[in-house]
Amino acid sequence: MTKKTSATTDNPAETGTATQGHAGAAVNARLSAADKVELYRKMMRIRRFEERSLRAYQAKKIGGFLHLYIGQEAVAVGCCSLMGKDDHVITAYRDHGHAIAVGMELNPLMAELYGKATGCSKGKGGSMHFFDPSRNFWGGHGIVGGQVPLGTGLAYALKYRGLKGACMTFMGDGAVNQGAVHEAYNLAALWELPVIFVVENNGYSMGTSQARSSAGELGQRAASYGMAWGVCDGHDLYGVRAFMAEYLDLAREKSRPSVVEIRTYRYRGHSVADPDNTYRSKAEVEEYRKTKDPIQVFQRALLEERVLDEASVARIDAEARVEADLAADFAEASPFPDLADIQKDVYWEADNPAERRSAGRLFFT
Amino acid sequence: MPILQYREAIRQALAEELARDPNVVVMGEEVGQFNGAYKVTEGLLDKFGPKRIVDTPISEAGFVGLGIGASMLGIRPVIELMFWSFYSVAFDQILNNAANVRYMSGGQINCPIVIRGPANGGTNVGATHSHTPENILASHPGVKVVVPATPYDAKGLLKSSIRDNDPVMFLENTILYGDKGEVPDDDYLIPLGKADTKREGTDLTIVTYGRAAILSLAAAGVLQQEHGFSAEVVDLRSIRPLDMDAVLASVRKTHRVLIVEEQKPFCGVGAQLAYMIQAEAFDELDAPIARLSTIDAPAIYSPPVEAEQLPNQQGILKAALGVLA
Ligand SMILES: Cc1ncc(C[n+]2csc(CCOP(=O)(O)OP(=O)(O)O)c2C)c(N)n1
Ligand SMILES: [Mg+2]
Repeated sequence: MTKKTSATTDNPAETGTATQGHAGAAVNARLSAADKVELYRKMMRIRRFEERSLRAYQAKKIGGFLHLYIGQEAVAVGCCSLMGKDDHVITAYRDHGHAIAVGMELNPLMAELYGKATGCSKGKGGSMHFFDPSRNFWGGHGIVGGQVPLGTGLAYALKYRGLKGACMTFMGDGAVNQGAVHEAYNLAALWELPVIFVVENNGYSMGTSQARSSAGELGQRAASYGMAWGVCDGHDLYGVRAFMAEYLDLAREKSRPSVVEIRTYRYRGHSVADPDNTYRSKAEVEEYRKTKDPIQVFQRALLEERVLDEASVARIDAEARVEADLAADFAEASPFPDLADIQKDVYWEADNPAERRSAGRLFFT
Repeated sequence: MPILQYREAIRQALAEELARDPNVVVMGEEVGQFNGAYKVTEGLLDKFGPKRIVDTPISEAGFVGLGIGASMLGIRPVIELMFWSFYSVAFDQILNNAANVRYMSGGQINCPIVIRGPANGGTNVGATHSHTPENILASHPGVKVVVPATPYDAKGLLKSSIRDNDPVMFLENTILYGDKGEVPDDDYLIPLGKADTKREGTDLTIVTYGRAAILSLAAAGVLQQEHGFSAEVVDLRSIRPLDMDAVLASVRKTHRVLIVEEQKPFCGVGAQLAYMIQAEAFDELDAPIARLSTIDAPAIYSPPVEAEQLPNQQGILKAALGVLA
């Protein structure tokens, strides 16, 4: 299923075409049965978290926008499962999946959606702005394409400090048309930075299909910067891992950047406010759900491998539902920030008065 | 004490901080091999090498954003904008990312980045190259804004800015680059947010910053000599944080205020100052607060007319006499 188009001699070799083939890829072959169950569980936890947050939104517990990751789980889980201690992740506003994939707990994530002080960003960021630098997760960014230079800078810092890591810089298929993205591509290629630009192509930027927004192949744009690039099926977790492992190696070992397009699909509207009746057919969504659902695809593989059975599948699902419900309970029971919290976390110096070196007023009326 | 140009003082600050902290990186267009568009970074590439002095393509959104990302992971980039005017193409990176990322992460991240370069009119380069965005920058909580007027201030403030853990916008001035002044060659720091009363006086307070402070000092000299009035010149040096105590202390002493800024008036720094002075020292005022700003239009090219569009010594003198009348 993986299609690769060679752009430079640095392009990693072909990784195979069928799920079974990907299961045998080195990064997957070394997974224990328990590791596989955990990967499956992570996707399930994302799915149930998203469904629970949708219910909370409908119950008016959550303000603003809510962009669900349902359907794309194999991308974040596949990519982030390959992270070593010096690998980093940054993404756009559809960030819940990445946050869970890097290991963030559901309680602070749900509490953030509820705008509570116990949220991962203390209720100051909201759905689009989850962060956990302790897990090398740098957000959660609301401006389409705006995070891409930042991810390039994280990679720059890794190289500057001599660390053998990579920064996976995620963006949507709509973001590829932002100028800042191209500036980042050029800098990454020019300075040989260990960054992987991961284009999560779910076919649509809001209500605009790829065909209506982007000229040419998305990944191929890398070629004009002399970067490696490739395309991968994002419905198959094994495939994502096998594919990404090679680009991560290229970044970590040779400090070469790349652009990878991972083809995926979102089942829900752009955000929960999108009635989803103007730009695609119900049949199209159903077709993806029936034949390509990343959780179903991986479940089938693990059932065949006898890593999972019907009972464990049901148990993992039930546990994920309970965990999401408990996160909602936690969020519900948590306090909102105080009015005094509004002006905290603005300036490092204001938050660390003992170490403040400047004088004068930092805040105004 | 050594006499240095303003640009040399900045260079000295850069060199000292580069030598002190291996995480400091100077980055921008033409900063290395070309020795700097305004020769501020001259010689630094030879001294520190290409890892520390980094020439960039013409990609402000790209390299400013890259610098912000690198700062989140412990690098301390000092990014040169050839002109601050070019901040407009990096606006999103500076004012959405650098200004907001600490807040939106609930305080988990900080961005110890400095963005520096000249921001001034008066060089006949037209509207695209003459922006003075200190008010626009300062209206974004999360960033700090510094505008030094003298070589001494430029060095001490830049060193503090580089050591600051918050993003600092450092606005220089091409007309001042050649100005000379005493600059100690030791490791002194000037804290951000401390105004400097550059001339003591009793009849009028001129609150100002940047090149307008230099012009105000000259005007204050004439005011004394030819009109017998004693003006106090308070150079803010830093717009955010702001040394309001120094401003108010001077107002309590002189009871008359003229604000001079090389800024368009609408929502300019002077508007905020005037509001705060009247709110906090209304009873001290013997006259309405006066304000001299740039004449409200895009920067005109025509050289003799541009000189009149900006606050100048004659204009300051006239405005001061108006407040004292
Ligand atoms: C600069 C900017 N322009 C427009 C928007 C509004 N907007 C938010 S998401 C979006 C679509 C982006 O689609 P894509 O990059 O494919 O990501 P996806 O939503 O599919 O994950 C738009 C237009 C924005 N947030 N930022
Ligand atoms: Mg999309």
